[in-house]
Amino acid sequence: MPGITREEVAHLARLARLELKPEELDHFAGQLDDIIGAVARVSEVADQDVPPTSHPLPLTNVMRPDEVRPSLTPEQALSGAPAQEQQRFKVPQILGEE
Amino acid sequence: MTTTTDLVSYEDALASYDPVMGLEVHVELGTKTKMFCGCSTELGADANSQTCPVCLGLPGALPVVNAIGVESAVKIGLALNCEIAEWCRFARKNYFYPDMPKNFQTSQYDEPIAFHGYLDVQLEDGETFRVEIERAHMEEDTGKSTHVGGATGRIHGASHSLLDYNRAGIPLIEIVTKPIVGAGERAPEVARAYVRELRELIRALGVSEARMEMGQMRCDVNLSLRPHGTEKFGTRSETKNVNSLRSVERAARFEIQRHAAVLSSGGTIVQETRHFHEDTGSTTSGRVKEEAEDYRYFPEPDLVPVAPARAWVEELRAGLPELPLVRRNRLREEWGISGTDMQAILNAGALDPIVATIDAGADAASARKWWMGELARAANESGKALDELAITPAEVARVTELVSEGSLNDKLARQVIEGVLAGEGTPDEVVDKRGLKVVSDEGALTAAVDEAIAGSPAVADKIRGGKVAAAGALVGAVMKATRGQADAARVKELILQKLGVGEG
Repeated sequence: MPGITREEVAHLARLARLELKPEELDHFAGQLDDIIGAVARVSEVADQDVPPTSHPLPLTNVMRPDEVRPSLTPEQALSGAPAQEQQRFKVPQILGEE
Repeated sequence: MTTTTDLVSYEDALASYDPVMGLEVHVELGTKTKMFCGCSTELGADANSQTCPVCLGLPGALPVVNAIGVESAVKIGLALNCEIAEWCRFARKNYFYPDMPKNFQTSQYDEPIAFHGYLDVQLEDGETFRVEIERAHMEEDTGKSTHVGGATGRIHGASHSLLDYNRAGIPLIEIVTKPIVGAGERAPEVARAYVRELRELIRALGVSEARMEMGQMRCDVNLSLRPHGTEKFGTRSETKNVNSLRSVERAARFEIQRHAAVLSSGGTIVQETRHFHEDTGSTTSGRVKEEAEDYRYFPEPDLVPVAPARAWVEELRAGLPELPLVRRNRLREEWGISGTDMQAILNAGALDPIVATIDAGADAASARKWWMGELARAANESGKALDELAITPAEVARVTELVSEGSLNDKLARQVIEGVLAGEGTPDEVVDKRGLKVVSDEGALTAAVDEAIAGSPAVADKIRGGKVAAAGALVGAVMKATRGQADAARVKELILQKLGVGEG
C-alpha cells in the first residue's frame, strides 16, 4: 500500500493547527504509515458481505424526547474558559475567515 | 477594501450567458431542545445560560439525538417529495472556528436522511417552475460571535471576539437543490419564489416559524454562468447567509451581472464565498477557497445510526398537512380571485388570518376586504405583521357579522376595529363603550332628514328639479348629524322619498 508522504503529514498538521518541525514530519509519516498499515489488515478479512461498521453495537434509533433538561449555569459553563468578558467566552482575534 | 465592482446590464448579461444556480437553505427547527442535548432553544436568554457538557464539547459528554428533530427532518423530506433513507448516520465535519466549541459540527455527509426530491414553485405571473432537491440533512447551528474593537462589530480590525453558545447545537435542516438550469432571465425570481415556497412549506408543517429576519431560515446562493449553447457549468461564487426574500433575488441578480462583467472582459471567476450587503444590494469578496475544503468527515462514533422504519415514514406521510401550493390553488378557486390578488394576499401575510376569519364565521369576501384593507393599513402604520395586530380573526369575524346584520356600516366598523386595536376590548365592548350603532330608528332618521332638507332649501329644490346627484350633500349632513351612525343608503332613500323623487 502507498506510504504516507511528508506532504500529507504537513497538510494534516496544518488542518489540526499543529506546528511540526521538518524532522517531525518524517517521524510522524513513518508512524502513521505503521498505524494505517495495521488497521488496513482489517480489509484482508472483511469481505463484500461485511458492511462497513462505525459502531461496535448493533443499535439504531436511540433518541430522546424533546424535553428541556437543566443546563449549566453561565458561571459553570465559563469556569473552564481561559478568558471571558460580558459572560461570554473571549477568544483571540479571528483572522482570514468570516 | 472597498473596490467598485464592474457590472454589465442585466439584459446584456442574459444575452450572452445562461445562469445556473444552486440554493442551500438552512432552517432552524422549532424544537424545545437542541439537536443532541436537552438544553433549551428559547430565544433571548442570558448569554451562555443554555449550554451543557454536550453542546460545549466537554470531554466525555455523550450526545443523544432529539426525536422531534428526526421526525421534523423526515416530514420536510416527505413534503419535498424526497426519498427517505432506510438507514443513515451522522458525521463529524471537522474545522477550527470558535463558533463551534467541539471543533467539529455534527452533520450528515454521504448519508442524508432525505434525498432526490423536488418542489414546485409559483412565479409572480402564476407560472410553475420545478426545483429539483438534491438532499435534506440534519445538523446543528453554531454559536454567536460578537467582534470587539473593530468598526461596528465587523470581524476586520477586531481585537478579539466573544462567544455565546446558546445557539450552538440548535437543530438545523440543510436543504440543497440540484443545479437549477433553464430559468434564464427569471433565475433571480425563481430563487426568491423557491425560498418563499420553502418557507411556507416549513410553516405549514409546523416544524419551524422560519422567520428569515430572525435568522431561523437563511439561504446561500451559489451562482455561475455559462455561455449560451454550452453544457459545462462555469466557476461558481457562493453568496452566504442571505436573509430575506428580496435579498435572495437581488443577490442572484447582482452576481449574474458581476460574473458577466468578469467573463466578458476575458477574466475568470474566482471560486469564493461572498457577502451580500442589504444597503447597496451588492456582494463583496469573502474567503477565497485556496484549496478544496478538507473537513475530514467521518461517521460520528457517539451517535448510533438513524433508521426510519417504513411504517413510521408512511404514518408521517399520511399525516402531512395540505401543502401550501395545493392549498393556495384551492382557496383561489373557492374565492374566485385572480392569481395577482392571491399574490397580494400572500405578500401581505394575510392568507392565514383570512382563512381563520372565515373559519370563525365570516364570509370570504368580507374577510379579505378587512384584512387587505383596514387591517393591512393598520399593520403597515405600526410596522407590525398582520398576525401581530391586537385583533383576533374571531374578532374580525364578529365585526363582519355586525355589518352584515346591519347594526354597523363600514365606517362604524372601521371605528370598532380601531377600538379593538387600541385595546378597548372586544368588538361588542367597543360598540357599547363608543356608542357605535347604526341609527335604524326611522323616527330619529326622519327627523334628521327633515332637518337637513330644511337647512339647505336650495339643494332640496335642485333635487326636486331632478338633480338626484345633489342628494349627496344632504346625505352628508344627515350622516354628520347622526355622527356617522346612519345607514347612508337608507338615508338617501328617505331624502328622495321626502322630496318626491324616485331613484333611477
